[in-house]
Amino acid sequence: MRRLLLGLLYLATGLTLAKEAPPAADDPVLEQRLMHLAAELRCLVCQNETLADSRADLAADLRSQIRDQMKAGRSDQEITAWLTQRYGDFVLYRPPVRSTTVLLWFGPFVLLVAGMAWLLVYLQRRRAVVPQLSADEHARAQALLRDADSGAPEPDRPGA
Amino acid sequence: MIPELGHFALIVALCIACVQAVVPLMGAQRGDPAWMALARPAAQGQFVFIAIAFGCLAWSFVSNDFSVLNVANNSNSTLPLRYRFAATWGSHEGSLLLWVFMLSLWMTAVSVFSRHLPAPMVARILSVMAMVSVGFLLFLLFTSNPFERLLPPAADGRDLNPLLQDPGMVVHPPMLYMGYVGFSVAFAFAVAALIGGRLDATWARWSRPWTTMAWAFLTVGIALGSGWAYYVLGWGGWWFWDPVENASFMPWLAGTALIHSLAVTEKRGGFKIWTVLLAIIAFSLSLLGTFLVRSGVLTSVHAFATDPRRGVFILAFLAIVIGSSLALFAWRAPRVGLGGAFALVSRESALLVNNVLLLVAAAAVLLGTLYPLFLDALGLGKISVGPPYFESVFVPLMTPAVFLMGIGPLARWKQDAPLDLLVRLKWAFGVAVVTAILLPLSLGRWTPLLGLGVLLAIWVIGSGFVNLRERLVQVRAAGGVTVLRALPQLPRGYWGMLLAHFGVGVFILGVTLVRGYEVEKDVRMNVGDTVAAGGYQFRLDGLSEVKGPNYEATRGLFSVTRGTRAVATLNPEKRLYTVQQMPMTIAAIDTGLTRDLYLSLGEPLRGGAWVVRVYHKPFVDWIWGGAFLMALGGLIALTDRRYRLARRERAPDAGPMPAAATQGTQ
Amino acid sequence: MKSLRFILPLLVFAVLLVFLWTGLSLKPHEIPSPLIDKPAPAFELARLDDPTRIVSERQLRGQVWLLNVWASWCVSCMQEHPVLVELAKTGVVPIYGLDYKDKRADALAWLGKHGNPYTVSISDPEGRVGIDYGVYGVPETYVIDKAGVIRYKQIGPVTPELLSEAILPLVRKLQAS
Repeated sequence: MRRLLLGLLYLATGLTLAKEAPPAADDPVLEQRLMHLAAELRCLVCQNETLADSRADLAADLRSQIRDQMKAGRSDQEITAWLTQRYGDFVLYRPPVRSTTVLLWFGPFVLLVAGMAWLLVYLQRRRAVVPQLSADEHARAQALLRDADSGAPEPDRPGA
Repeated sequence: MIPELGHFALIVALCIACVQAVVPLMGAQRGDPAWMALARPAAQGQFVFIAIAFGCLAWSFVSNDFSVLNVANNSNSTLPLRYRFAATWGSHEGSLLLWVFMLSLWMTAVSVFSRHLPAPMVARILSVMAMVSVGFLLFLLFTSNPFERLLPPAADGRDLNPLLQDPGMVVHPPMLYMGYVGFSVAFAFAVAALIGGRLDATWARWSRPWTTMAWAFLTVGIALGSGWAYYVLGWGGWWFWDPVENASFMPWLAGTALIHSLAVTEKRGGFKIWTVLLAIIAFSLSLLGTFLVRSGVLTSVHAFATDPRRGVFILAFLAIVIGSSLALFAWRAPRVGLGGAFALVSRESALLVNNVLLLVAAAAVLLGTLYPLFLDALGLGKISVGPPYFESVFVPLMTPAVFLMGIGPLARWKQDAPLDLLVRLKWAFGVAVVTAILLPLSLGRWTPLLGLGVLLAIWVIGSGFVNLRERLVQVRAAGGVTVLRALPQLPRGYWGMLLAHFGVGVFILGVTLVRGYEVEKDVRMNVGDTVAAGGYQFRLDGLSEVKGPNYEATRGLFSVTRGTRAVATLNPEKRLYTVQQMPMTIAAIDTGLTRDLYLSLGEPLRGGAWVVRVYHKPFVDWIWGGAFLMALGGLIALTDRRYRLARRERAPDAGPMPAAATQGTQ
Repeated sequence: MKSLRFILPLLVFAVLLVFLWTGLSLKPHEIPSPLIDKPAPAFELARLDDPTRIVSERQLRGQVWLLNVWASWCVSCMQEHPVLVELAKTGVVPIYGLDYKDKRADALAWLGKHGNPYTVSISDPEGRVGIDYGVYGVPETYVIDKAGVIRYKQIGPVTPELLSEAILPLVRKLQAS
């Protein structure tokens, strides 16, 4: 009798084997949205990690809160506002564009434009007119280049 | 006894460094050959004593000497041998000793491979490097002594952070530091040239191999760090724009600008001021990185434990080294003089735009990294600047630079015609556009960003082939040889350039494709369950308990199949390191040329089930493959004939240099 | 003025240096509270000593009070606890405790062992009220005025110097108004 029961048990577990694993989250789509948002938020107790990656207790609590709010239908902006109300802009990895962060967001492009402008002015000033070579000179140049490429010893270079 | 020997060796090294910093420099000013000749043996002497010190610390770790505080804090008797050795540089003090050791290595290399350089130049270069060494040795001896004793000795150590108990720890810091410190050579060359007042193409030719080698090491170091993070952190991330990562990336950007600027100075005598400034900037960014990582000014997972006294010291050192070199630049640069003129469309102008773009990119990274500090210092609140910012800013800045990578190598020196360039590149551009449309679609989805990534990558690779074809045609026409004969005639500098640029294309393709098409699944698995991702099936065959040298773990046994074909078995682990009681997720990765299969165990659930994370990451290894190709290109380039020949020469005064002797070697 | 532009890198570096120097005395990990001068977030929580009774922040209007976030598992709380016990004895300002993510039995035992400075302690077992107050580390202390507006937040243990230099003067000022 016992053997029969054991056999049945074994069979039962065998039947429950080899199934497609269910998603870890109850709602994978929501979870993906949560992780996407959490990847842009900062874990407040860690040394520079996202809310998505952090294993800290507070991070888990906040993720849980965000999950509830998403289920309740709040938008990403509303959730972000909720967080910044409590923790300030520090919690955002994408700094908001404010008067204090204008330099941050536009600085690199201002620098780029300034650099390019300087470049244009500079290049205009240093424009060169290249003299054209005659056929003879061209042939001589080719011969010299051939020598240089093919491994002939290089002439002495001046010292410093 | 051994720690005291090490400590003493450092003091001796400091004395030698002080002498080396002053005497040869003065000798160069005064033209005194005896004083200048002191530089080489002094550098080699420093190396001997610093090597002794390093050896003593390493010995203390390997032999489990827990009477040394550093060993007690960072090691343990159950730690495997290779990690006991790597723990030598696992702390702030130890890594500083590694820094100084690398510096002494580079100094010795300079002292040995500089026979062709004039004595005053060698003297100045080694003096400048010795000044840096003095600063670091003082820092070590006064605030960060690795040989401090712990009496009575601890019974056992607190163990190395489990995250660092990995082969990555053995290779990544040494490679990275070789790069950081290597830029001190370029820096020393630049400062020596400013002091001596002579800066010309010859100077560029001498400093170029050193700079390229440092750049190659830094590339490898950064790639190793990224790869290490990828497989050790458990969720497949590989770059986070963390302040410490940025601290290594900024010198890399400046260094890349530098090696390109040096090309112009070497070939055409131009960009001298740019090159000198970039050399100073690259090393300054290295030093700034050292400050940021060790001062507590920025928050980072990589930062060492901090002490305000150390921060003040490094800042003072920074102020002196960078301040005086920039002051020297401000004073002497105007005398350096300009190189040849060039047209609006020419290789020079392309490289100049490249310089500007790379510098602006480095400045953007610096701005983002330090901005929270700026605002906090001004009392304007606390913000965080993370990957969303850096990616939004960096990609638009680099896109034109990558685009230019296709054009620059093809453009002629001094003057070229824009229309002619367009014609030569039309096929490369066409292929790039077509691939940018078709490849994403064939993989499942198309977005503008994905299209751009593929476009840039194929553009770089395609234009590289156009370049090669043109070059071969030239060589064959000039010499009448076949393609096969023509290939070896191309100089190594050229091959290096092609390979490095090709590496950039591979890198961009890897980043684009993995970001666009990776698949992640978080599932609950019992033994026997399967999950599918990316066309592969993953089955949990069993779980077992494993005991390691200093940890206990649960190991998952997974078999991976594709259709009917067995692909791999993967064994991710969830470890608990017993000394620090720290849990660690060890991912299992099946590496392939076209994809990685990445498995990690999450949390255990009731009933023996586990949360499992499965990733299918297409082309992710192309990221590090591309980086290694870049470094390899650099290494090949610096074995170019002209650097080896140069060593056999004397240094006579032989009249003006032939102008623009080579037309497009790279 | 051609030579002027060569001095530009040095000037940029000098500015950077000033900021880095200032940075050495900052605390990058302390997050200032955005709730200063804003109404204290509402809560309705059970008392630690008698879970059938609810306390809400509205009941505390009309007086200046301190809200101290603590827990029995918190090591730093041990540091400030004697200071709070002394302060409670003076009766200058009532201290209300927010028992954060703690078990009731552990919390009561801890108070029994180390002394109870709290007029009333309330339980926040899931930490939701803590999140509303922007708590990210324990201990934290808030000074709340008669109108229920947060006027000050201390992150980390309260020290006697902090009490005498910052908290108590503020409390007195708020009490006088």
